[in-house]
Amino acid sequence: MAKILILFAHPAFERSRVHASLLRAARSLQDVTIHDLYQQYPDFDVIPRQEQPLLEQHDIIIFQHPFYWYSGPALLKQWMDLVLEHGWAYGKEGLALKGKYLGNVISTGGHESAYGPDGHHGYPLREFMLPFEQTARLCHMQYLPPFVVHGAPDLTQQQLNDYTDAYVRLIKGLQSGSYDLPQAQRTYYLNALVSPAEPKPSQG
Amino acid sequence: MSNESFFYQALVYLATMVVFVPLARKLNLGSVLGYLIGGIIIGPALFGFIGHGGQDLMHFAEFGVVMMLFLIGLELEPSLLWKLRAPILGLGGLQVTVTAILISGLAMLFGLPLNESLILGMILSLSSTAIVLQIMTEKGQMGSAAGQSTFSVLLFQDIAVIPMLAIFPLLAPAGLSSAQVEDHSLIAHEPAWVKTLIVLGAVSALVAAGRFVVKPLLHIVARTGLRELFTASALLLVVAIAVLMTLVGLSPALGAFLGGVVLANSEYRHELESDIEPFKGLLLGLFFIGVGASIDFKLVLEQPLLILGLVLGIMAAKFAVLLGLGRLFKLSGEQNLLFAFALPQVGEFAFVLFSFSLQSHLLPQHIVSLMIAVVAISMALTPLLLLAHEKWVQPYFGCTAKPPEREPDKIEEKNPVIIAGFDHFGTIVGRFLRASGVRTTVLDLDSDRVDLLRRMGLKVYYGDASRMDMLKSAGAEQAKIIVIAMGTPEKNLEVVDAVKKHFPHLQMLVRATGLTDVFDLMNAGVLHIYRETLDTSLRVASDAMEMLGHRAYQSQRAARMFRRYDERSMKSLSAYRDDKQYVNVMKERIEELQKLIQADAYTNMLIRDAGWDRENAEERN
Repeated sequence: MAKILILFAHPAFERSRVHASLLRAARSLQDVTIHDLYQQYPDFDVIPRQEQPLLEQHDIIIFQHPFYWYSGPALLKQWMDLVLEHGWAYGKEGLALKGKYLGNVISTGGHESAYGPDGHHGYPLREFMLPFEQTARLCHMQYLPPFVVHGAPDLTQQQLNDYTDAYVRLIKGLQSGSYDLPQAQRTYYLNALVSPAEPKPSQG
Repeated sequence: MSNESFFYQALVYLATMVVFVPLARKLNLGSVLGYLIGGIIIGPALFGFIGHGGQDLMHFAEFGVVMMLFLIGLELEPSLLWKLRAPILGLGGLQVTVTAILISGLAMLFGLPLNESLILGMILSLSSTAIVLQIMTEKGQMGSAAGQSTFSVLLFQDIAVIPMLAIFPLLAPAGLSSAQVEDHSLIAHEPAWVKTLIVLGAVSALVAAGRFVVKPLLHIVARTGLRELFTASALLLVVAIAVLMTLVGLSPALGAFLGGVVLANSEYRHELESDIEPFKGLLLGLFFIGVGASIDFKLVLEQPLLILGLVLGIMAAKFAVLLGLGRLFKLSGEQNLLFAFALPQVGEFAFVLFSFSLQSHLLPQHIVSLMIAVVAISMALTPLLLLAHEKWVQPYFGCTAKPPEREPDKIEEKNPVIIAGFDHFGTIVGRFLRASGVRTTVLDLDSDRVDLLRRMGLKVYYGDASRMDMLKSAGAEQAKIIVIAMGTPEKNLEVVDAVKKHFPHLQMLVRATGLTDVFDLMNAGVLHIYRETLDTSLRVASDAMEMLGHRAYQSQRAARMFRRYDERSMKSLSAYRDDKQYVNVMKERIEELQKLIQADAYTNMLIRDAGWDRENAEERN
């Protein structure tokens, strides 16, 4: 059974609706470790000696966060800067993360249509995920496509519930190994695994 | 009264309390029922330990009701009282009027003359403040809508006693002049308008005295630091109010209530509360015992059906009126039932009014003795009635009635955080929490400072936070957190001990000065300990580094790391409790600290954030 670590980064969690729902659902699952970065490191003093063993103990690492300025919140970046050390995460001898999977679970304010050549944001969402993808690659990890909740402010309760259920199914599926991960890596959004009808891969 | 008989009586009453109240509470019957049963058992009906002293005892113990109203007043700030004006005047007024008319009508149906019927109606419309408030407070129902309505009605009734006493003489049957009516007040023989003026004057004098005399006086007393002197002053205050009110012919209970309201805003509120509380409890207990003992079982056995019928009839009539009024005032079904179940008995004022009526020849002897038995039985039935309500009625409303009412109390201000000690340390904690919208109750022992801070508009109370009753009246039962920031380590430890013993649910955040008291606090099991100089010293240090040209972010980050390290080593140090061993370990640790600072730890902290290392950057490029 795959062990899952959710690194959760949200500077204003108390005002979040989407992540509150997703995280609450994830908390109810067994054998999922949830690491709330803004709660743990309010002063941004991430301690690598504390974080690295945690990563070593898990197989699938998920960055769960809102999508800020085409990236994660600042503390997530601080975490990456400090924890992914040379000689441990990457470099000739940095093999600690080898073979693990890394993926993002994100919420965006914009709708899916805003991400494309004609959209408000100009580029497909996956292109903005490149820094994460390449980070995974540099650290000898496999990158999973993101699980995306688009249009977060406009979601109806029903839609939010659907996303939450899909997230739970996704985590359980990943734990039990019911997905063919190399094949899953070829989907555009990981949402396709759990709700095949909804987000269709666009030409990305 | 000779000493011997005094001690004998004290023995009987105190033993009754100590035996029956815990027993009743064990059986989930509540303390009031315990007192009542105790009274019945030691009364003339069964063992006769106290003969027919029950009535005399009640006259004495009625002072407990005065104290209770003083305490209620203390908890009610004038603004809150003003908010309650509609239920007090509307609900209370209607309850008294409608019930009085209904019962008078019933009495006339039984063939009593009009004036006697009216007197009966008025007396029986009253309910028992002592019993009802005691029970509802014990069950934590005072904050609910029903509790508020009940309180409003009781308050109105207490006020209504005064006009009743004034009206009664007018109802005297022809041939009896009102001169025969006994009136204890000094102003009995003045004309009506003078009386009114004197009464108004007395009330304003009371309010003014509360503001301008009592507060400074309490301040002086508090500064003497003699605890018993403060208790004496508190008692003196209540007694003085009662005497003044009696002199001008007002109800002492009402005066005490007013006095309480006047002092509700004062810094001595909590201290007064905790000083009066035990006396009130004792006297009310005696009062309930008196009620139990005064039930004339001989009379009851002679006419059991008549008395039973009267009790049930009166209570049913009052119950119906209450239920109707509750609906009129939009109480929800479940709250309305609680309200109606709480108030259908006849109150302690009935004893006063009945004996008054008897002396004034307004009511014949046989009706009065019958009624006194009826009143006492209806009072004794109240705890049972509320118990029955809780057991059999309330469960039907299972989902709406969340058993312990978690909503914030409407009457009292109960805050989630208590700050004990408000010198420069506590002040900052309090100011920050206040600025962040977190409500705090502040206790401080320095009466001069309390005075000053209150003049600046801060709500600070004078009181010793190491006393259990003080903590209780500061709301420790409802609070979540206590910040213990007293001036000396010894005092902090005292508060810690009191909190651990009586309010273990409270999270303690404790101020520490030096190393020794950190260890004392650790040994006492305190989890959150704050050395008062640690953070400041480190800020000085990191600022110094910045001034020397170190980058600000790294200096401050190093300071935070240092603090974490230091707190960790504190914990391992505290394992050594023996003093001698401690000295050695301390020496060792100092050396170790020195070593650490000199060697890698220091450089580590500043430079070795490997993620930002040069080699890291190289590989990325």
